[in-house]
Amino acid sequence: MNTLRGWTPITKVENVPLREGRAVTVGGSEIAIFHLDGRYLTIENQCPHKGGPLCDGIVSGTTVVCPLHGQRFDLETGMPVLASQPACIATFPTRVEGGVIVVDLGGSLKLSEEATV
Amino acid sequence: MKRQLVVVGNGMAGVACVEQILKQPHDFEITIFGDETHANYNRILLSLVLAGEKSPEDIVLNDIEWYQTHDIRARLGVKITGIDRDKRVVIDEDGGETEYDKLILATGSSAFIPPIPGVEKKNVHVFRTLDDTKALLEKARPGLKTAVIGGGLLGLEVARGLQVRGCGVTVIHLMDTLMERQLDATGGEYLKRKIESLGIRVMLPQQTAALFGNGRVDGLRFVSGEELEADLVVIAAGIRPNADLARSAGLEVSRGIVVDDYMATSDPHIFAVGECTEHRGQTFGLVAPLFDQGRVLACAITGDRGPAFTGASPAAKLKIMGVDIFSAGSIDESEPGVETVRYEDPSLGTYRKLLLKDDRLHGMILVGDIEDEHLYMDWMRNGTDLTPYRRQILFPPRDADPGREMADMPDSETICGCNGVRKGEIIEAIHAHGLTTLAGVKACTRASTSCGSCTGLCEKLLRAVTPDFQEETRTTLCACVPFSYEQLRDIIRGQKLKSVEEVLNIYGNRKGCEVCKPALSYMLDMVWCGDHEEDRSARFINDRVHANIQKDGTFSVVPRMRGGVTTPDELRRIADVADKYKVRMVKVTGSQRIDLLGIKKADLPKVWADLGMPSGQAYTKGVRMVKTCVGTEFCRFGVQDSTNAGIELERRLENLFTPHKFKMGVVGCPRNCAEATVKDLGLVGQDGSWQVVVGGAAGKSVRKADLLITVETTEHALEACSLFFQYYRENANYLERSYDFIERLGIEKVRKETVYAPEAEKTKLLERLARSKALAKDAWLERERPMHPTQFVQIQPMEAQRT
Repeated sequence: MNTLRGWTPITKVENVPLREGRAVTVGGSEIAIFHLDGRYLTIENQCPHKGGPLCDGIVSGTTVVCPLHGQRFDLETGMPVLASQPACIATFPTRVEGGVIVVDLGGSLKLSEEATV
Repeated sequence: MKRQLVVVGNGMAGVACVEQILKQPHDFEITIFGDETHANYNRILLSLVLAGEKSPEDIVLNDIEWYQTHDIRARLGVKITGIDRDKRVVIDEDGGETEYDKLILATGSSAFIPPIPGVEKKNVHVFRTLDDTKALLEKARPGLKTAVIGGGLLGLEVARGLQVRGCGVTVIHLMDTLMERQLDATGGEYLKRKIESLGIRVMLPQQTAALFGNGRVDGLRFVSGEELEADLVVIAAGIRPNADLARSAGLEVSRGIVVDDYMATSDPHIFAVGECTEHRGQTFGLVAPLFDQGRVLACAITGDRGPAFTGASPAAKLKIMGVDIFSAGSIDESEPGVETVRYEDPSLGTYRKLLLKDDRLHGMILVGDIEDEHLYMDWMRNGTDLTPYRRQILFPPRDADPGREMADMPDSETICGCNGVRKGEIIEAIHAHGLTTLAGVKACTRASTSCGSCTGLCEKLLRAVTPDFQEETRTTLCACVPFSYEQLRDIIRGQKLKSVEEVLNIYGNRKGCEVCKPALSYMLDMVWCGDHEEDRSARFINDRVHANIQKDGTFSVVPRMRGGVTTPDELRRIADVADKYKVRMVKVTGSQRIDLLGIKKADLPKVWADLGMPSGQAYTKGVRMVKTCVGTEFCRFGVQDSTNAGIELERRLENLFTPHKFKMGVVGCPRNCAEATVKDLGLVGQDGSWQVVVGGAAGKSVRKADLLITVETTEHALEACSLFFQYYRENANYLERSYDFIERLGIEKVRKETVYAPEAEKTKLLERLARSKALAKDAWLERERPMHPTQFVQIQPMEAQRT
């Protein structure tokens, strides 16, 4: 059962290295936090294509490439970069407070339902 | 009796002029005086010597043999101090006199040293000659604080050279804009950003008031009152024609030695050429017009007044790799009747501005992308009416028929500005020697051997002239960083780049992608033999956590079992691990290894620790394994000890990265039970010898390996393996398997450059391999010393941790 709602302190900024992502389990699901040169962006961790862990993808500009089959998503909007990819992914407002990454998990965490186009 | 021709000055202009004279029928006995002791060298490439891209030998234009072959008396290290025009002699510093019938002054120019207090201090240098360059090279070392006074062409090139040598560099420029004689404010700003992204500090506008320090320079004080510490100062504040000799001889001298359209001075027996001259009020500092002057002078002095020298419009190109700047013609926007068109893209760092007058191209500034330089220069030189091109003028269509543009170019046009090679000469060489490759053109004409910016033109010319043109295969790595693999290796090496970020920021789109980042990571590791800045964000996930990601996001773990040999103990540990971590499948692989599938990322370090075995590198583009048969130890048919040879081979190469995965096999007899002939590298045992075979494949395609060499001893066989292995590492494109590599190069070339290479080359290959090997570690040791604290950790939200 997920009890985390709204703005939630997740982890210290130094735990997410530059241009990499890290997965965080919140409730039964996972989010992925990325570090882009001082900015932190959060998306749902599961690639809508075949469920690949997006946190493990290579970052290119503000996009991330799924390590399994190369689907590419914009970290700011959650939108797929290619029109041939049907689905987008959920994004979560993220800010830094006192060296801690704080993510707005919203009202509930039914990630993939929110994410359908 | 032959007439005496004396040339004072052994630089580029003087000698280029003599080369032209030698092409004419003449009756001269030629003497060249040079106050430097070196034979003639390419001065404009000195900055590349400073940067380590060229050696002093590389920039020699005419060696001593050349002087001998052409019966030229070279008097090097001799300074001419006077001319007696009545006696027609030149006088050297020892009072010796040399008679002349005709005299050519090619005295060049010297660095201008501004009258700043303190310029006489130690460690204040200029940059003009090979000796200046050597003096700088002796002092330049990592961490040295250096300042370059002057942000023009030369100053920036020196700054880059010093910085590549590891010095901290600040460029101080008097004006608001770098290279302000060639660029406008916008172009200068783009250039400044590029230079700063290379790691060079730029201070402008900043006027130096004094250099301070007790005997030796310690720093600079500016008119603004600010100060800058510096252990070494290079002054690159412009040049002045060397006209004193001419002046003292009573020749007409203004800023330079005044010459007419046939390069004659005010004395009909004396001519002048190069940077010491002044023609119609103009002095010269760039190389191309000097070659033109030399040709005119050669005709005039041998009696056949040919074409006149009518001046040159300025054209300048910055020779810093990756910082492409070209400027030509007039850049003065305020000139009446001039209109400008411009385009800029801040992200790409490109800027171009064209100045038009009467629908003709009048001047240009190109920053970041200078590919259209030659077309624009053509338009400008020929005064082409641009009315029909106006709509596409900023992006002229690159001609679909490569022959046409080249056909339009006159034979007299210079293609290689560095070496003064004209189109006609290249065509002549292509026909005379039946050239079909760029390499051939380089060898025969010297075109494209210096800065390389005319490479494209030379290729176009080849394509247009010879039906048999063989293009050098060059694949661009990726749109993010649009260079060939070979160029990128040169860039990384030459520009001393140590991280993926640096390469992308300076030579790419600053972003990179999943294609180029791993490729660049590999190249950096290979070029620097492991001594680079490892950036895990640029690696595929497998290389971040040293395991192979599976479709469900879990990982597979394959420990190293050298030669496919294991022990009961290892097997027990593997079984225990499989139990403890509830491994979903234990699989014997085709590579004689054991694969544990379904491990969670967070468990990887614990699994490795429990296994107590090194990484099998089954997840990466690297040394996978050596598969062996039991050989002489057990097999009735074995004629070589394949098991131990295989284990030793694996030990020597393990933990190294390769362009693509690299599989090996060693078999103890030609029955080939461990399939060595379909591996990237294989040893096939025979009675009393080993066959070393390379480029085999048994994947998507099947290919029988080629024989590299047959050797008698196991040690020789292992050395041959090492040679091929390192050669493949250094020359294959990323993701190019050995079998594609061999097909591309041909086994003969590979043999010639590995096992049959000169001993010195072999030693170098092996040394680089040894250096890489010395820094290569078992990746699984990161279980104890992770690259990052959360490398393998599954992060838990703070709230959850508290509850």
